[in-house]
Amino acid sequence: MNSVMQAVEPTTGTVSASGFIKKNLREYGMLLSLVVIMVFFEYMTDGTLMQPLNLTNLVLQNSYIVIMALGMLLVIVAGHIDLSVGSVAGFIGGLAAVLMVEYHWHYLPATLACLAAGALIGGIQGYFIAFHRIPAFIVTLGGMLVFRGLALWLLHGQSVGPFPKGFQLLSSGFIPDPFGTDGLRVTSLLLGAAVALGFVYMNLKERANKIRYGAAAEPLGFLVGKNLAFAAAIIYLCYLLASYKGMPNVMVIMFALMLFYDFVTNRTTIGRRVYALGGNEKAARLSGIKTDRLSFYTFVNMGVLAALAGLIFAARLNTATPKAGVGFELDVIAACFIGGASATGGVGKVMGAVIGAFVMGVMNNGMSILGIGIDWQQVIKGVVLVAAVFVDVYNKNK
Amino acid sequence: MNAILEMKGITKRFPGVVALKDVNLAVQPGEIHAICGENGAGKSTLMKVLSGVYPHGTYEGEIRFEGQEQRFESIRDSEDRGIAIIHQELALVPLMSIAENIFLGNELSSSGVIDNEATHCRTVELLKKVGLAASPEELITNLGVGKQQLVEIAKALAKECKLLILDEPTASLNENDSQALLDLLLEFKAQGMTMIMISHKLNEIARVADSVTVLRDGSTVRSMDCVDVPINEDEIIRHMVGREMADRYPHREPKIGGTVFEVRDWTVFHEQHADRKFIKGVNFHVRAGEILGIAGLMGAGRTELAMSIFGRTYGRNISGKVLLRGQEVDVSTVEKAVNHGIAYVTEDRKGYGLVLENEIKHNISLANLPGVSKRGVIDDGREYSVAKDFQRKMNIRCPDVFQYVGNLSGGNQQKVVLSKWLFAGPEVLILDEPTRGIDVGAKYEIYCLMAELAREGKCIILISSEMPELLGMADRLYVMNEGAFVAEMAVADASQEKIMRAIVKAGKN
Repeated sequence: MNSVMQAVEPTTGTVSASGFIKKNLREYGMLLSLVVIMVFFEYMTDGTLMQPLNLTNLVLQNSYIVIMALGMLLVIVAGHIDLSVGSVAGFIGGLAAVLMVEYHWHYLPATLACLAAGALIGGIQGYFIAFHRIPAFIVTLGGMLVFRGLALWLLHGQSVGPFPKGFQLLSSGFIPDPFGTDGLRVTSLLLGAAVALGFVYMNLKERANKIRYGAAAEPLGFLVGKNLAFAAAIIYLCYLLASYKGMPNVMVIMFALMLFYDFVTNRTTIGRRVYALGGNEKAARLSGIKTDRLSFYTFVNMGVLAALAGLIFAARLNTATPKAGVGFELDVIAACFIGGASATGGVGKVMGAVIGAFVMGVMNNGMSILGIGIDWQQVIKGVVLVAAVFVDVYNKNK
Repeated sequence: MNAILEMKGITKRFPGVVALKDVNLAVQPGEIHAICGENGAGKSTLMKVLSGVYPHGTYEGEIRFEGQEQRFESIRDSEDRGIAIIHQELALVPLMSIAENIFLGNELSSSGVIDNEATHCRTVELLKKVGLAASPEELITNLGVGKQQLVEIAKALAKECKLLILDEPTASLNENDSQALLDLLLEFKAQGMTMIMISHKLNEIARVADSVTVLRDGSTVRSMDCVDVPINEDEIIRHMVGREMADRYPHREPKIGGTVFEVRDWTVFHEQHADRKFIKGVNFHVRAGEILGIAGLMGAGRTELAMSIFGRTYGRNISGKVLLRGQEVDVSTVEKAVNHGIAYVTEDRKGYGLVLENEIKHNISLANLPGVSKRGVIDDGREYSVAKDFQRKMNIRCPDVFQYVGNLSGGNQQKVVLSKWLFAGPEVLILDEPTRGIDVGAKYEIYCLMAELAREGKCIILISSEMPELLGMADRLYVMNEGAFVAEMAVADASQEKIMRAIVKAGKN
């Protein structure tokens, strides 16, 4: 171009391991805390926490929270909030029961209808938030009351069940094991190993890509260590599950959704635009992004995931109750914030929210095993939430 | 006669800049003292020093008020001594009543309980003084700007002020309101109040001021008495702009082609006040390879003009035509404007230009994500090399493009915004104050970039409040004032005096 536009020295190659860890401490800090919390409860419960049966329960108990946290993360990153997810999940569970138990629908069309209803609910709320600029807090607070009330009305205040066998499998089923061995579910173990291999492959490919384009890549030692640790952890957890009944169906759904949303947020234009919208709406709009429409779709998406969570919860209890989903929204929102999402929008990671959900889940489970009363459980969870965000904000401002 | 206020040898430094250099100001009791100067000359900074916004110790020099040296630690201190300031941007709470606003922070109360009756009575009195016929219970949001200005004055009077400072009091007022306000100031003067008025409008100064101090580049250039001698506008203009034009701009030989971009009868109404016509039927055109300058003072409507053209991001009831190479084009959304090759680089890069908590490379690709993605999936490597390319070309000083833009200096942030729009591949580039708040070195680099783009045949519209910059870079100028283009001139025939004259003359009619 011109003489003043001379090149700056490009910083290519790898950086030192310690420097890299320091830079990414925030990202791995959360994961580390989860591991610490797990080790702590494993020790305190004399190994009950990691017993195959309990581990399976842990996954089943938290799956619906994790699934809703995926949608909530997008909503929070876009700069909004959704307080209605618990009520929506409860309402959809009720709708599923009415369709399948009272009207004898087959579970497939019923499930699809319920997901569509979730999209519609999200769309209605998103319409007011995105196009009429009513604060999300108010709209979804209203939605929280409306759908709790509708759930009560739909079920006439009573529990409705049981569900057809096929539908129950959504939550209580495990992936089939054609090898038919009785002790160890080999399929589950193999699936876990495949996931671990895939994880290592993706990491290596990403690093090769970075080096090809001359970007600063992770130091090799760190990469190898990280991959070994992750692969070992995945295979170990799958081994534990395999030694009970194998992988629950829900876990497969949850895992697939996690990967999908991680991909969407990190690698797609839609994800990028949601971050820009939450980070600076005016700048996003002036860059040609249709910010209103994007906000609207984050709520449609949230509605679908809340509906799915409601279905899983209903299938797990094998009955729909008007009280289903009470307080879910708090766990879901807490999971996102523990996972590093910013209350002002624009910041947050899908994997962070997932880890946040499991932090809450492991604490719930561990404290229950220890026999800590519901009173103190709530106090401790509240303190952990504020402490996690405090540490995050404190580190950022330092 | 002893001066009521003396400011001696005031020097105020900000990191990297000297905003005020040894400024002296003397105000006589009972006069209206006008302060004029270009944008950035240091007028507002001087008033902030005087009113205690910058506390004693953060500046050098001495302030004497009523014969005593003053060391104000806060606005509260200066108010206690009887100095009240009315800022250019009105500082009223829209959803509170007139009475509540007038006594905000200064409530008539005993042990924390507000005396509503006394507040009401005093407000009625004050409103009468400023000639505002409104109920004290009326909410501020229901008042027009002119009336809000009167409430601000009433608020100052409520503090029993001896010296009233008005920062561009008529900037947002229409002609009638301006005249009424000036009459009011003359009435206050007759009652013995001392006032300092900051203004660009020489006709207003000529009407009410007793003396004038001209500031330029942070120094006092001239103080003159104008009670006996009638005011000489040309002399003031010369003092306001008379700086040396150093060799701060790259040399260029413009190769100007045919008209590419044209705007006809562009009319825009104010975003909040729907009945106020803000842009009044503007016509202009830009040719290929041309740098077109738009001069004017702050608030002239230049940014609003640009944003209303760029995807209607400002204003309402927009009418007019936009033509690209003679064909009318639809620019009603940002997306459409960008697709037609129009880019707007905002004057407010932090507020409107960047996502600060995002990486440099994400900011650069934001306006052209399809350019780095396939079927909605972003190609990380491609995005990285695009960003890296711009880092090299634009000389963005940063360790790597993964860094958050929030951590960059102003000049580098501006280069990121420019990169973003250059990546969108525009034909017409609207640059709104592209060098505001950045250092001299980065300024030169941005000038070089503009010259380069013009050489490639792009159209550049440069909006700037710095007249030397316009004269140094543009090929042709429009002068904008109060929402209309009041003059057009080739740069060869233009001078700072001519531009300033066009502005102040337009203000007269």
